[in-house]
Amino acid sequence: MTLEPFVVLLPLFGAMLAMPVGRAFGYRAAEFLTTGFMLIAAIYSWLLFFDVALGGNARTITLFTWIASGGFQADWAVRLDTLSAVMLVVVNSVSFLVHWYSMGYMKDYGEQPRFFAYLSMFTFAMLTLVTADNFVQLFFGWEGVGLASYLLIGFWFKKKSANDAAIKAFIVNRVGDFGFALGIMCIFYVFGTVEFDAVFSAVAANSEAIPFGQTSGAPIQELTINFLDMKLHALTVIGVLLFIGAMGKSAQFLLHTWLPDAMEGPTPVSALIHAATMVTAGVFLVCRCSVIYEYAPDAAALVTLVGAVTAFFAATIGLLQDDIKKIVAYSTCSQLGYMFFAAGVGAYDAAMFHLFTHAFFKALLFLGSGAVIIAMHHEQNIKKMGGVKGLMPFTHILMVIGTIAITGVGIPGFYLFGAPFGTAGFVSKDMVIEGAYHAGHMGRAFGTFAFVMGLAAAVMTAFYSWRLIFLTFWGPSRAPAEVRKHPHAVPDTMMAPLVPLALGALVAGMVFYGDFTGKNKEDFWNGSLYFSSAHHAEKAGADDHGTPGAQDAHAAAADDHDAEDAYADGHGEGEDEIPGWVLWSPFWAMVIGSVAAGWHYLRGDPLKPGLLRPGGMIYAFLKNKWYFDELYDFLLVKPSLAIGRFLWIDGDGKTIDGVGPDGISAAVAAGAKRIVKIQSGYVYHYAFAMLIGIALFVTFMLIRAGGAP
Amino acid sequence: MTESFADQPWLSMTIFAPLVGALWIMLSRLIAKKDDNGAIVGRDLEQIENNARWVALAVSIGTFFVSLGVYALFDPSQGGFQLVEEVAWIGGGVSYKLGVDGISILFVLLTTFITPICILASWDAIKTRVADYMIAFLVMETLMIGVFCALDLFLFYIFFEGGLIPMFLLIGVWGSKGTKTFAGFTMPSRVYAAVKFFLYTLIGSLLLLIAMAWMYAEAGTTDIPTLQQYGFSADAQKWLWLAFFASFAVKMPMWPVHTWLPDAHVQAPTAGSVILAAILLKMGGYGFVRFSLPMFPLASADFAPLIYALSIVAIIYTSLVALAQEDMKKLIAYASVAHMGFVTMGIFTATEQGVEGALFQMLSHGFISGALFLCVGVVYDRMHTREIAAYGGLVHRMPLYAFLFLFFTLGNVGLPGTSGFVGEILAMIGAFKVNSWIAFFAAFGVILSAAYSLRLFRQVMYGELTKEALTAIPDVDRRELFSLGALMVFALYLGFNPGPALAVFSPSVDILLNNYHAALAAGAR
Repeated sequence: MTLEPFVVLLPLFGAMLAMPVGRAFGYRAAEFLTTGFMLIAAIYSWLLFFDVALGGNARTITLFTWIASGGFQADWAVRLDTLSAVMLVVVNSVSFLVHWYSMGYMKDYGEQPRFFAYLSMFTFAMLTLVTADNFVQLFFGWEGVGLASYLLIGFWFKKKSANDAAIKAFIVNRVGDFGFALGIMCIFYVFGTVEFDAVFSAVAANSEAIPFGQTSGAPIQELTINFLDMKLHALTVIGVLLFIGAMGKSAQFLLHTWLPDAMEGPTPVSALIHAATMVTAGVFLVCRCSVIYEYAPDAAALVTLVGAVTAFFAATIGLLQDDIKKIVAYSTCSQLGYMFFAAGVGAYDAAMFHLFTHAFFKALLFLGSGAVIIAMHHEQNIKKMGGVKGLMPFTHILMVIGTIAITGVGIPGFYLFGAPFGTAGFVSKDMVIEGAYHAGHMGRAFGTFAFVMGLAAAVMTAFYSWRLIFLTFWGPSRAPAEVRKHPHAVPDTMMAPLVPLALGALVAGMVFYGDFTGKNKEDFWNGSLYFSSAHHAEKAGADDHGTPGAQDAHAAAADDHDAEDAYADGHGEGEDEIPGWVLWSPFWAMVIGSVAAGWHYLRGDPLKPGLLRPGGMIYAFLKNKWYFDELYDFLLVKPSLAIGRFLWIDGDGKTIDGVGPDGISAAVAAGAKRIVKIQSGYVYHYAFAMLIGIALFVTFMLIRAGGAP
Repeated sequence: MTESFADQPWLSMTIFAPLVGALWIMLSRLIAKKDDNGAIVGRDLEQIENNARWVALAVSIGTFFVSLGVYALFDPSQGGFQLVEEVAWIGGGVSYKLGVDGISILFVLLTTFITPICILASWDAIKTRVADYMIAFLVMETLMIGVFCALDLFLFYIFFEGGLIPMFLLIGVWGSKGTKTFAGFTMPSRVYAAVKFFLYTLIGSLLLLIAMAWMYAEAGTTDIPTLQQYGFSADAQKWLWLAFFASFAVKMPMWPVHTWLPDAHVQAPTAGSVILAAILLKMGGYGFVRFSLPMFPLASADFAPLIYALSIVAIIYTSLVALAQEDMKKLIAYASVAHMGFVTMGIFTATEQGVEGALFQMLSHGFISGALFLCVGVVYDRMHTREIAAYGGLVHRMPLYAFLFLFFTLGNVGLPGTSGFVGEILAMIGAFKVNSWIAFFAAFGVILSAAYSLRLFRQVMYGELTKEALTAIPDVDRRELFSLGALMVFALYLGFNPGPALAVFSPSVDILLNNYHAALAAGAR
């Protein structure tokens, strides 16, 4: 009997028991039960992280077959490799801390058992997503987290805005799922399987693939298929379709509109789902499929482009938001853009590293905001705050830690124990931006574009992050006297969980640099991510680790990527590749943004208009979030409803019924009168009479036709 | 002479058990005391009606257990017909022949499982002519089981068309109130719906009858397994296929012959809607798999593009229409048409995933859509309206109901983990193999189903409970909880572990597809 499945199942047990236990023993029992289960799961996932990621014991535990039809098979499994171990740690740790935090946060609101059941259910779904060993189980988790997100955004179901936001989140995600589902179908069509190992090793080994119904195939990396009557490169089609799914879940440009609205949910939900874990599922998907993207350069280019645009665009909107949660939400959107363009340019390790560190500081910022909101009597507008520092000194320190982490404070070029010295965001964001520069330098599509956008976004990130701090915590208070005098007490259970997050926000970058992106990265990732480096491919082939597929991946890469050898170790050996100004550029971006924010908000009236004055076009454009909601409503939502109505009234009613049954029945309307009379007789007489009548009629017909009985 | 346990006519017993119950109720009415006008005297009437309820329930549950016996004797590893019974009947190649294979056995079970739930749902809801109602229901069960067991064309036809009569009566007699003015005179709208239903199916069944007569004349037998091997000429197949198509397409229903379904659902009593959605809608799909594919393979291949086109239109068109509905039952009815689009699409891909996905979708839709109509019935029994706008904020008063309704809503959306997902994804995988355009358009259903389902749930359940009439509405009672709970268990189990059901389908589907592709190869298609 293996214990590994319990790391996934414990939250499920919590979810199922929360409501009954809450009813029987009170809400406290439900809270302790679910939080206790999460604690066990979190500890266990760290143990697995040490075993799997650091110890190199990758393994897959198959539970049982889920769907099997013909050659199609999908299992329930717990796949443990470095990639899933990293995600396990992130998901279970943040989830535990958010459970803990919620014990305090939800005190005012009631309905704790339902809330904790949803939180645990979300965690379960997210865990099935990250431990899937095939695309269909991944899709199960994918939809499961979508459902949990829907339920939690709409948790205050009395509020119209919460209900609207919940439905919007689900449906926009479904637009992404449209692509994801087609991607799964396409994978099965091309590979005849949906298992990760089989698919990835086929791609890496460039083995012959014969799509269903075709008589001849081609090596998979060159294979073209007929998709929507276009002859297209198979891996590119798959890569793009999967990425459409990722765009929905990770709120990327064009499918981002649901994420800010999702802030209608309780703040712990925003921290767990809409910052640290669920929204990163798209990044996880792209990294999981790194082999596919590596051989589908056009798809990877799209990932880079969309990621870079999102990083920039979300940051611009973040500049003018006044709702404390929406600022953090747009910041999340922007940071996800960083992760995507890192993955797009092939720096999958940097993408995962940024995902990992981002979980700490973004959860910290959200949970800290939640504390502020509670203290301020549920006020979320930072323009109505100010001076909170005096009321909540500890929260202020934590929020500043989160801010120096996200803005990336550190000393470029200074190494301590082999790791760059700086906050978590500093280390990982540098890796991302340098990765983009390097890729652009090597001629990879949109690499330089991503580098520039990333720097621009870094300036804005620093600006809006400090703006949040200055307007909320510093300066004179703009809150009503009542609030100022009697701030709502924030329970300790809401503060304690922030401490480990703050610690992570400070040091996680330095501690894990060596493994995630530094000199140990090949051993650490152990074949679960693709590295385009020949030198290390040979090393990986020689060492006895990784799945056969992973070794094939390296072996196959050996031919094509000699040129990229230099960048192999990112920072370590490839340092001479990266000019000094590139190394320093994120730092200067941070300084410029921070100083600008201080310049504006720390001198005189912080609410005075800045460069972008109200009434100006750019101001309105950003304030209205680039008008995406209005555009979609005009182009998609309203027409759908109108077309539906039209098809119903005019299509079904007038056209089909008009010429069909109504036309005929008008002719035999008299007959209907008689049918009305049925009610006056004994019903079953009619029933049997009709039955016998039909029987006789058929018999007669058959005998006539057949000639003789 | 000793007969073994397995040699008993299990299928006949399953089919006719409900009919015996119906006769019992009928008899109890005949011997009741009557006054001078022939009406049954007051107290006796009450007794007879109560009696009818219990007899119907007991008999339908008994039938379910008999069908479990059938399932126990059924060997799922075999693809051919099993438990075959054959008795000479009319002669000349027409016999009373029954049997089940992997394709039909689960639908027999579905029927015997859903019927007791329907009778429970009618317990208090039906107040007039209770005995007649129960008789109609039991007769209908007999005929529906017969459809899935018949191995003789003639016998099939009787069951297939006969099943409509009780349904027709359920709608026309026990349907909801309200009038409709049509073609110059006013009539109850339930009668309009019943007539519409009847007209549609009549036209389809006449063509089916002619085709069957022709087949009998050509092949000299009505034995279904023999006809499946007969090999009609390519020309004949074309016409026969079209005739069968006319009948099955109406039953499915496929676009554009679907407009009877929303009306029928709206007017039918709750149990009528459940049986309509869960069982009667499956007969069209069953017919396609049992007759069209194996008997007319060449024509099926030729007409497949037509089916794809109609299926896709059904999925997108009716989903959009569902988005605009103001009546709960109509919305679910249109959603049913969209889901049946996946079924027809899957069947005619003639791939393992497509056909098995379609069969699975039929099974799953039986649980989920049936349960959704039950859910509507729960609030309809309390408030006597199906208008979406009449509700809102029910979750405050009915948390348990909200939970169940949410589950089935998500099943309707096709969320993985519910049975709704498995059929949809398999059918789409099958479609993608044939042509990516089909899967591309079908996948729009994935988005739209979420839109209309969640809209319904939100408007009925969420928001403040402001309507005066709803402030005292009680949550589901034990009887309702039992029915919905049982359906939920199945929908959830099949969602997480569809393996056993797919394994039952698979051997028979393999045989079907092997023969189909062999026939195409022989016919050089």
